[in-house]
Amino acid sequence: MELDLAFIWTAIIGLAVLLYVILDGFDLGVGILFPLGRDDKQRDVMMNAIAPVWDGNETWLILGGGGLFAVFPLAYGVILSALYVPIIVMLLALIFRGVAFEYRWRTVRWKKVWDAAFFGGSLVAAFAQGIALGALVQGIPVAGRAYAGGWFDWLTPFSLLTGVAVVTGYALLGAAVLIYKTEGDLQQRMRRYAFRLGIATLAFMGLVSLLTPLLQPVYFSRWFSLPGSLWTMVVPVFMLVLTWLFFTGLRDGRELQPFLAALGFFVAGFMGIGISFYPYMVPPALTIWDAAAPRETLRFALIGTVVLLPLILAYTAYAYWVFRGKVREDEGYH
Amino acid sequence: MEGWFTAEFLARAQFAFTVSFHIIFPAFSIGLASFLAVLNGLWLYTRDATYLRLFEYWKKIFAVVFGMGVVSGLVMSYEFGTNWAAFSDKAGPVIGPLLAYEVMSAFFLEAGFLGIMLFGRQRVGDALHMAATAIVAVGTLISAFWILSVNSWMQTPAGFTVGADGRFLPADWWAIIFNPSFPYRLVHMVLAAFLTTAFVVGAVSALHLLRDSADKAARRGFSMAMWMAALVTPVQIYVGDLHGLNTLHHQPLKVAAMEGHFEREGDNQPIYVFGIPDRERERLKYAIGIPYLGSLILTHTWNEQIKGLKEFPKEEWPPLGTVFFSFRIMVAIGFLMLGLGLWSLWARWRGRLYESRALHRAALLMGPSGFIAILAGWFTTEVGRQPWLVYGHLRTAEGLSPVDAPAVAASLAGFVIVYVFVFGAGIYYLLRLMNMPVQQAAAPPPAEVAEPTPVLAPQFDPDFLPPEDDGRRGR
Ligand code: HDD
Ligand code: HEM
Ligand code: HEM
Repeated sequence: MELDLAFIWTAIIGLAVLLYVILDGFDLGVGILFPLGRDDKQRDVMMNAIAPVWDGNETWLILGGGGLFAVFPLAYGVILSALYVPIIVMLLALIFRGVAFEYRWRTVRWKKVWDAAFFGGSLVAAFAQGIALGALVQGIPVAGRAYAGGWFDWLTPFSLLTGVAVVTGYALLGAAVLIYKTEGDLQQRMRRYAFRLGIATLAFMGLVSLLTPLLQPVYFSRWFSLPGSLWTMVVPVFMLVLTWLFFTGLRDGRELQPFLAALGFFVAGFMGIGISFYPYMVPPALTIWDAAAPRETLRFALIGTVVLLPLILAYTAYAYWVFRGKVREDEGYH
Repeated sequence: MEGWFTAEFLARAQFAFTVSFHIIFPAFSIGLASFLAVLNGLWLYTRDATYLRLFEYWKKIFAVVFGMGVVSGLVMSYEFGTNWAAFSDKAGPVIGPLLAYEVMSAFFLEAGFLGIMLFGRQRVGDALHMAATAIVAVGTLISAFWILSVNSWMQTPAGFTVGADGRFLPADWWAIIFNPSFPYRLVHMVLAAFLTTAFVVGAVSALHLLRDSADKAARRGFSMAMWMAALVTPVQIYVGDLHGLNTLHHQPLKVAAMEGHFEREGDNQPIYVFGIPDRERERLKYAIGIPYLGSLILTHTWNEQIKGLKEFPKEEWPPLGTVFFSFRIMVAIGFLMLGLGLWSLWARWRGRLYESRALHRAALLMGPSGFIAILAGWFTTEVGRQPWLVYGHLRTAEGLSPVDAPAVAASLAGFVIVYVFVFGAGIYYLLRLMNMPVQQAAAPPPAEVAEPTPVLAPQFDPDFLPPEDDGRRGR
């Protein structure tokens, strides 16, 4: 039997995107919450909680893009043409927040400017990603081998909704990671924010899940026809368990449990989207096999990935382990 | 020529603008990463605190440069899809995996160990910190390997077939990766990065020597930089010559444009030091040439003949002026670098390396020369490839996304404004960091403390911020 390489690659790219979303999700979230730091000291701590790892987190975005280019070049071209505006806006926003990590320690006079760039860049990047997600879920028209829609097709009430939803969700991850990485007043306040953001995130996820099956008939049948719907029931059950873990964790003053549960929300949401999409890569036009590169390309790219990806996961975990524990106020990284 | 407000022109301008900004930072960070690994190694080996100070000093500069490289590179990796979707679809099967390997074998490595290199010395100890520093340096070189393989494949494509739908299909990965121009380009570019860094380090050290010729760290830095200049520049010129010979073999039209040769000039092909290529009249105006030298340099014989531009279809000529002049700028800088290197050797031999103010002024002046040479070199290479995107197989116009000119114009404007603002500020901070003497800037060497402290000692040195006139109000 021949291996279905396109399927394997879909799983790998899916994993890269999921890792991106949860990892950069929490550091973009810290950026979104940044103005809530009470004073310069608290803001320093917030930034130092993610300073050693943000670059690695963002690299998953590059792998998502680079990987798509390598193994699904058609989807890469079509999606990026269709989402031209949100993608460019996201890139520009990521520039501002990326340089803020270094710049804000290099100046006194302009520190406020780079603080604002850090906040604004994180917020706008998260919003643009949410819009891109919504636009993809909505569907992208393709003719021949190219995008066949207009400039502003991505802009709909639904994509705006997913934009706000992603901002909220990332902020939740940011608050949850700060509960884990900080102590004292900052931690207390993040607990309160996490509680409210948790409720808001769950509400948005519910709303998006209700609307999605109505957008495309394929989504509807995927979710509401037997025997498939037995499988799809796993996702809501999983969500219920996570919700319980999240709120009890907050209530009992646990530090790691709320963060892990919040990450779980994203995993569950991601599974939901995966179930809706499969076997499409660019709904409703391109399946994963339409979009895939020739077999030889998939094979060559896979050989190295099988070796490199576990290595990457291992040393990334090591880097996180080196910087484990609480960030304290006297601990400056610059 | 069509108007300039076409999606094609704007997309090209956008690519040229974003990649020209991008390359400045990687070129510097490739060189600096290796320099830092060497400094850290020397510190661990000799326990001479000057090395540690230099390490801490250039590390701060590296962190800023690296950050700018990352964010400008992120843009590049998405630009293929936004502006060049047809190219992505067609060439993706061949070059996509190389870019994916760059991400997996280089970017993750750099990003994973960067945090430890910058902030982790106390947490992981000297040995692992040294390993992390070396790994970051190796990562930048691996990155150069893959990206230059991609670029070289677009210049001298090999190892593929073209499918019925116009897609490039991989046939032989070894031939694709090690395509004919790749080895030359890789070596030439990596040496360029080293030289660029050496000249920046040289200029900064020279500045501090001009202020205080007893400055120990400045002396050490200057000496190291001048050794690089003296030893590596001749190698770079030699490699550049080989690179040119190879290009003559694979892209004779490009070399004709670089040299300003319109016709085959018999067996005493001159080399033109100056001239203005005239596309309409098909000749080089105001040419100043040296007979025979052209044949000698390009073929390494006295009289072998070289094809002139007129022997190629005119619609395939690249823009002549850019290629001709940028090539000359690069070569001129190469010889200026050689001159400075030789001068430093002479001063060193006379024992005046740290005293010769004229030498220091010249080194200061040459500080940005590497960046200019790198940009000039890339302009020669890339503009000389026009009108092809994949040389001989896919025209630039055929690679475009189905985008409208106004959208590309708007994003181009966005990039120009943001880049000028953000990278302008970054360059200002870099210059300010470099303006500080090493002794004053670098934190007191933590390892001079008898016991390695179990918790992370504060590395943030408030004095590091230079006084700003109005900055500290309200603190
Ligand atoms: C000769 C070397 C070279 C060249 C020609 C390029 N780059 Fe680059 N790039 C690097 C050498 C490099 C580097 C040294 O590896 C950088 C600099 C700072 C860094 O983070 O890595 C980098 C960063 C960098 C990043 C961010 C990586 C990270 O997060 O660590 C991306 C996505 C790209 N580049 C992509 C590109 C693309 C698509 C290019 C061409 C169109 C390109 N680079 C040209
Ligand atoms: C890093 C240094 C580089 C510089 C300074 C550079 C410079 C340029 C310039 C000036 C152009 C515009 C040429 C014109 O349209 O007249 C261009 C085009 C282009 N280059 Fe490069 N380039 C670099 C590296 C690369 C690399 C590494 C790649 C591929 C991975 C690449 C791929 C392209 C593409 C796709 C275009 C657009 C289409 C075109 O105009 O040919 N370039 N580059
Ligand atoms: C005087 C000696 C030099 C010679 C003869 C030389 C030769 C060349 C040639 C022929 C090319 C174009 C190859 C092609 O398009 O296929 C090139 C490109 C380039 N040069 Fe040089 N070069 C010299 C010095 C330098 C210096 C000093 C630097 C930078 C510090 C530099 C940086 C570059 C870069 C970045 C490129 C573009 C990438 C590439 O094609 O390798 N060169 N050089």
